[in-house]
Amino acid sequence: MSAIAFPTPDSEILARRDALIAGLAALVPADALITSEDERRAFETDAFTAYRRMPLAVVLPRTTEEVAKVLAYCHHAKVPVIPRGAGTSLAGGAIPQEDAVVIGLSRLNRVLDIDFPNRIAHVQAGVTNLSITNAVSAEGYFFAPDPSSQLACTIGGNIGMNSGGAHCLKYGVTTNNILGVTLVLVDGTVVEIGGDAMDAPGYDYLGLVCGSEGQLGIITEAKVRILRAAEGARPVLFGFETSEQAGSAVAAIIGAGIIPVAMEFMDKPAIEICEAFAHAGYPLDVDALLIIEVEGSDEEMDAALARIVAIAKQHGVKTVKESKSAIETAAIWKGRKSAFGATGRVADYICMDGTIPTGQLPFVLRRIDEIVKGYGLRVANVFHAGDGNLHPLVLYNVNDPEEARKAEDAGNDILKLCVEVGGCLTGEHGVGIEKRDLMNHQFNREDLHEQMRIRASFDARWILNPAKVFPLDGRLAGEAA
Amino acid sequence: MKQIDTPQSEAQAIEAVASALAERTPLRITGGGTRAGLGRPVAAARGLSAAKLSGITLYEPAEMVIGAKAGTPLAEIEATLAEKGQRLPFEPMDHRAILGSTGTPTIGAVAAGNISGPRRVMAGAARDALIGVRYVNGRAEAIKNGGRVMKNVTGLDLVKFQAGAYGTLGFLTEVTFRVVPRAEQEAVLVIEGLDDARAIAAMSTALTSPYEMTGTAHLPADVAGGAARTLFRLEGFADSVSYRTRALRHMLAGFGKAETLASDVGSKAFADLRDAKPLAAEGGAIWRLSVKPSLAAQTVAQIRAQRAARVFYDWGGGLIWLATGIESEAGAGVIRAAAKAAKGYATLQRAPEEVRVTVPPFEPEAPALAALTKRIKTAADPAGIFNPGLMFAGV
Repeated sequence: MSAIAFPTPDSEILARRDALIAGLAALVPADALITSEDERRAFETDAFTAYRRMPLAVVLPRTTEEVAKVLAYCHHAKVPVIPRGAGTSLAGGAIPQEDAVVIGLSRLNRVLDIDFPNRIAHVQAGVTNLSITNAVSAEGYFFAPDPSSQLACTIGGNIGMNSGGAHCLKYGVTTNNILGVTLVLVDGTVVEIGGDAMDAPGYDYLGLVCGSEGQLGIITEAKVRILRAAEGARPVLFGFETSEQAGSAVAAIIGAGIIPVAMEFMDKPAIEICEAFAHAGYPLDVDALLIIEVEGSDEEMDAALARIVAIAKQHGVKTVKESKSAIETAAIWKGRKSAFGATGRVADYICMDGTIPTGQLPFVLRRIDEIVKGYGLRVANVFHAGDGNLHPLVLYNVNDPEEARKAEDAGNDILKLCVEVGGCLTGEHGVGIEKRDLMNHQFNREDLHEQMRIRASFDARWILNPAKVFPLDGRLAGEAA
Repeated sequence: MKQIDTPQSEAQAIEAVASALAERTPLRITGGGTRAGLGRPVAAARGLSAAKLSGITLYEPAEMVIGAKAGTPLAEIEATLAEKGQRLPFEPMDHRAILGSTGTPTIGAVAAGNISGPRRVMAGAARDALIGVRYVNGRAEAIKNGGRVMKNVTGLDLVKFQAGAYGTLGFLTEVTFRVVPRAEQEAVLVIEGLDDARAIAAMSTALTSPYEMTGTAHLPADVAGGAARTLFRLEGFADSVSYRTRALRHMLAGFGKAETLASDVGSKAFADLRDAKPLAAEGGAIWRLSVKPSLAAQTVAQIRAQRAARVFYDWGGGLIWLATGIESEAGAGVIRAAAKAAKGYATLQRAPEEVRVTVPPFEPEAPALAALTKRIKTAADPAGIFNPGLMFAGV
């Protein structure tokens, strides 16, 4: 397959660059507008680094009002806008284009209010995921969604992509943990969606905005659900000789009525890579590893683990290793959450993000192995076993264009496989540009048109993050375009 | 209504919508008809019922997922799940008690109305568990969105957008929900005699504890019929429930002695709360106020300073059920102002048809959102044939 296409930059917009920059300069303080090539370069890609485009300009507003003014201006001037949080998208969700203005939300980074009795944190969109938990952890609370990039990624980006993480088996994904947002519509109108009360009547705009990848408006503030943490949490390592055994143990645990907080799977290559990095004590003599975390009081955890261990034994578990200390717990999670970074130490990789019905696990793992070997490449698998969200890491050499092409092709084959077995292209990373051209495999023309018409109801001219999510051909504009 | 179509397949549903579209005839969409009293009256010459689109299409207990055609009776879903020790997480309300309706609640209506119950405070709403839909849009096309896996961010989330749209954006033909294990044991604790403000504080204490409340509600004395009762529900494995019951009782000691109800009494108490039965026998109007929990007691006091009302609280105060007379537009002005002051909304759940013509049952939207809602309605249903006006005039 060929490289992912970007729209041809609008030469008329490029020709107006000086005037557009002058217009933006009139709206925001000088230090909020970035125009020099050196400084713009920091914004030309995100964590999907194989692709990059230099934006026309970058604006770093400090207030919702500034976002509204800039957006209204760009809308009037018909200039594309790329919303950006921390730029950690693995799907290219924040990669700009040459004729676009990036609106970066990194300076909207304040925690505005914490309301413990009502379990709500009110934060600006550029606040990082982990800093929400850090702001409330002294009181024993946390914010549940925990994507691996949580140290850097912003809540605005989490909402834009509806991010997940390792603990969503029990606590749900971002959309299940958001109460309200302040959204700037494309014409600069500011609307409040949801808020301090649950289940606003009317259409579920909050649900629609979560995962809309910056195409419906720009989120500047959010009210998020904070939860009181359990009394304790303990991850346990279960090593199996085969992936089939691990998969059947997962099914049996759920079948027994147990929903652990997390059930994470790694195959042998992933175990080796992560252990070499984190020294977490992962067993190296097994083909499949499950990290299962339970929480509660000590006696509750003991009881839950006894049940899980009994089930694992029925499914041939080879080693069981319980965390005995906070340090061990941290190491176990460090290994898992560093899986992508640790893999980056041994090879370049592309990270896939399909979801499959968990019953298809053994079949899909076998097919992934065959697909990747068919291209002469290697793969390491880490995934959220409880919910079937796979992250095969296809290893390749970025300096070899032929290998890079093969890796992309292998990745696409894997995602098509996920759709074929009843799953989907992306479980938590988003479509971005990466999976945009595969959307036709999951949706037919009518399905995509329905989504595009709703999208165009917000942004008739398609200026918000326009190169993303929907295939470039056959787009439907809104009536007011 | 002259004609009611009852398609038995998606293809027949498409035909029915196509014919209504060709004639520009508005359709009143129904399932089991038990919730027909919700929303504004719909002027429609034809009906389109999901009642004969019935049957479970997918059930994988190990994957915690169930799919069914929209007209499948909720009771059938619940019985099928119970056989495998599972249930819907959000405890959907049955509206028959307060609406005085008959018939069979369907799973499609649970999705279309985003119908939840007391466990919503911990487990999320129906919309949180709904992971896939199929529906016929206003162009008579079959549309799918979401799927059968719980982690899915592929494209716009029209699944949640259908939840709570009451059929105004399409005719649901099939819905898929995430399910959870049924708890091995349930314990309901009660503290008697708290006034509303103290009860809200006690419920907040419980909800901000590490003990995972799956429901907490307060019935003031006049509604409880005797002393006021504040209820706390814990669910899970027996050993865990037993531990948390002790811990919670200790934590709440400052509010009074927390007694454990007999298990059948506790279960019935929450089933009654779920269906708003404590207010069902009242005449007049019933409102559902969704507010910031800590402001719930003062919201009720503010309303009562201006008109007679009987209430009880669910979701730790986040949900107020309120019964009042139908005079003065069922108190809409007073009640909506109080709900707004509590950062929330008021939905008129029960009132005679003539009241629901003049009082918008759903909280009116801010102008910018109302304009967006009209554009979206036009995008999904260009001829305006699905339940016109049910949620908002002109939508």
